[in-house]
Amino acid sequence: MPYVPHGPGDIRAMLEVIGRDDISDLFSHLPDDVKLQRPLDLPAGLSEEEVRRYFLGVAARNHGQGELVSFLGGGVYDCIIPAAVDVLSSRSEFLTAYTPYQPEVSQGTLQAIYEWQSYVCRLTGMPVANASMYDGATALAEALAVAVAARRRDRVILPGTLNPRYARVVRTLLGERGIELATAPAGSDGTTDVEALAGMLDDRTGAVVVTNPNYLGLVEPVARMGEIIKTAGAALVAVVNPVSLSVLMTPAEYGADLVVGEAQPFGMPASWGGPLLGFLACSDAYKRRIPGRIVGRTRDNRDQEGYVLTLQTREQHIRREKATSNICSNQGLNALRATIYLSMLGTEGYRELGEANLVRVTALRRRVARTAGASLPYDGPVFNETVVRLERGTAAGFIRFARGHGVLAGISLDGFPGCGSGDLLVAVTEKRTAGEIAAWGDLLQRYLDDDAQEQP
Amino acid sequence: MSNTELGLTGRWNASLPASIFDQGAPGRRGLTFPRWDGETIEPRLPADVRRAEPADLPDLSEPEIMRHFTRLSSLNHHIERGMYPLGSCTMKFNPRVNEQIAGLPGLADLHPEQDVEDIQGLLAALHLLETSLCEITGFAACSLLPSAGAQGEYLGMLVIREYHRSRDDDERTEVLIPDSAHGTNPASVVMAGLKPRTIASRPDGRIDVEALRKAVGPQTAGIMITNPNTLGLFEENIASIARIVHEAGGRLYMDGANMNAIMGKVRPQDMGFDVVHLNLHKTFSTPHGGGGPGAGPICVTAELEPFLPGPRIVPLGDDAFALERVPGPDDAAIHAFYGNVGVCLRALAYILRCGGDGLTRASECAVLNARYLQTALAEILPVAHAGETMHEFVASGAPWKKEFGVNTLDIAKRLLDYGFHAPTIYFPLIVEEAIMIEPTETESRESLDGFIAAMKAIHAEAVRDPDILRNAPVTTPVGRMDEARAARQPDLARLGPCQCG
Repeated sequence: MPYVPHGPGDIRAMLEVIGRDDISDLFSHLPDDVKLQRPLDLPAGLSEEEVRRYFLGVAARNHGQGELVSFLGGGVYDCIIPAAVDVLSSRSEFLTAYTPYQPEVSQGTLQAIYEWQSYVCRLTGMPVANASMYDGATALAEALAVAVAARRRDRVILPGTLNPRYARVVRTLLGERGIELATAPAGSDGTTDVEALAGMLDDRTGAVVVTNPNYLGLVEPVARMGEIIKTAGAALVAVVNPVSLSVLMTPAEYGADLVVGEAQPFGMPASWGGPLLGFLACSDAYKRRIPGRIVGRTRDNRDQEGYVLTLQTREQHIRREKATSNICSNQGLNALRATIYLSMLGTEGYRELGEANLVRVTALRRRVARTAGASLPYDGPVFNETVVRLERGTAAGFIRFARGHGVLAGISLDGFPGCGSGDLLVAVTEKRTAGEIAAWGDLLQRYLDDDAQEQP
Repeated sequence: MSNTELGLTGRWNASLPASIFDQGAPGRRGLTFPRWDGETIEPRLPADVRRAEPADLPDLSEPEIMRHFTRLSSLNHHIERGMYPLGSCTMKFNPRVNEQIAGLPGLADLHPEQDVEDIQGLLAALHLLETSLCEITGFAACSLLPSAGAQGEYLGMLVIREYHRSRDDDERTEVLIPDSAHGTNPASVVMAGLKPRTIASRPDGRIDVEALRKAVGPQTAGIMITNPNTLGLFEENIASIARIVHEAGGRLYMDGANMNAIMGKVRPQDMGFDVVHLNLHKTFSTPHGGGGPGAGPICVTAELEPFLPGPRIVPLGDDAFALERVPGPDDAAIHAFYGNVGVCLRALAYILRCGGDGLTRASECAVLNARYLQTALAEILPVAHAGETMHEFVASGAPWKKEFGVNTLDIAKRLLDYGFHAPTIYFPLIVEEAIMIEPTETESRESLDGFIAAMKAIHAEAVRDPDILRNAPVTTPVGRMDEARAARQPDLARLGPCQCG
């Protein structure tokens, strides 16, 4: 049997110690009326080579971002993953270790998490971060639960420009906690209408979400939003793409109380959307309220520095039904990957990463501006994602057309408030070349021209 | 004998590296980006949206980075170094082929916004995993969405809640939970907007059927049961328990954390459960990764299937698949996308490699190993509750405390000196000085004998000089940490400028 060391001699010898004749005797106390009276109806076990062959076949039936040229974003991005990330994170010492509850034999994991928390603080400008969350969406829901509990208010305002997938998770996870959710509308410039938001704020509003860049890729009026949210006495919960913080104002600079986001671009493969890497940072006032694991630095009984899981009284294994959250894992291995990735960047590399995204999205926007039949509906600054409006045909039609030429052209925005069937969300990361962007532009032109011929 | 004479020293020769924020020097770089070969572009980003100062990050070259993280790694206990007798955690071997598979081009590089035409192979594999888990549990439908066991519990509660609501049975808000349950159970119930109610176990550690009969009623939404329970004991009255709860109108949730004891032997559906979650990172061999990511799919009865959130993977015949019930803006979702897909692929690789007979064998040997340890240690570490223990057993350190003045924590810490990870301690809460031991099936007889010998040696030390235990561990890279100081004066991040070169 694979992965089980026991030979027949071992089993016999062990049964003798236990005082049983047969291994099935160890299950004889299971009541007959519930016992499975037949073997499991699953295929017989395969050799490793057969398993590998099966999955090679599975993979061959898929078409991923390695084979196609991807302009897909919307929360998960096609990014460069340095070899060091894969090699180091697949070391048994990290891969097969348990949660570091025994600090004496887990300093590697603990110090790596502490370094991850420190990186999150340096990127966001916040003083505290936890060990990680499942993904950006669940991190947002958890942060909002913390914020409203701390403010003792029961209303949350989400921006209409929030990633709809995040909004859905927030509605699900907060739906039963007696929290009212309101949505602030976007203005014609594709960002939150600050005046409208100001009119919605009241003394029941415990938290307001600021998403920057927003789902449409646009930089939000964060400074003005920060001011009015503060004045209203609500907590500001920021959702950010951490890659963008290389160039964009930090949440700390616009007064965030809690900051969450998705760190998948820091060395995680897309993997059909999971496992991802949610992060959660906060101001000092919230550090004893946030969910998830937290590593702290302390000393041992030999007067050496070391690390330990701390502030555990917040957590479910101590607090049970009174816990901040039911979460009892973190995305440890992915947090490690992100830590390695960020250490590969350094100060200058991180800034260059941001500039590389800005340059490429700008190149694509210029190309669209030169394309008859397409336009850029919003002129505000963007980071690495932008809306492209097709005056003819549909975004879905263009996506199908481009896919036929090996390009994943973007995400249709049909159904998103303020958008229509011609609107396309296009992401351009540091991985895209000038040639790929030009080819995307050529396909757009051809699609629009073909469509013009079909529908004169 | 000294630790050196015992051969305990020299297992660890590592000290902590300097913080990464104190290494490197300005100008050093690991990663560089492809040169931009397009037109010259000065991006338009107004000053008032830019960050004021660049993030201060340490500057290191790739060789320094490799060394830093390799040094960190040498400070960890891990499965390939030694045993984890960690009750309730099922720390079994993590097959390497699983890692290769999850990293394959065509799987690792799929974007969640791609069209179903591009992911037909993936959907076939995930559907095969769903049907395999259904066969293992006996259920009709499976959702792979939950990212962890705790999220599986939450989703299970959501499904039960929505089931009752669909029948206008809104008063059913109470979920019964035995006092031996995992802490996540009550926490998940609260998150789903339901009310947990603890029911006391009988003195033998099982559910008190008479007390349960009195506790159920029109308010009962359901019950959460771990079977085998956290003492490693099978709830032999499960069929009557299921009948009582069903007759009262409630539904039964099984915490599948202990599924490794019963694969191919007894199935949750046959026991009368309506929902189960499975920890793929326990029973199905995916790595713990120092805390995650894991995955906690749930399987449910046909009756509850309509309440699973979308999307659902639907076979169309000819090995073609569609995604149906794709959630709209107002539908429930517990993850931005489709959960921890990469973890699910690893679990499928494990199931295919084992086959039905291999999974059954895994459970048999998991129980064999635990019973072997329990029998061999019975004299020095008696179990707290009598009965046929299965894949794990819970002993009490109370006699050691009384006789030698050492507590369970001291025993656990001394095991670290002997090269083992500590067992789970102080859980379940109903056992005084609990020591919960689960060897898993992937430990060989020699490895178990090594653990037995270590426990006996530690017992002898406790008899002779209990301070050896109280001061343990002494051979590890660091000693016992000052946890009170960590919580009182939290130092949670390295702030301030990097002190490099």
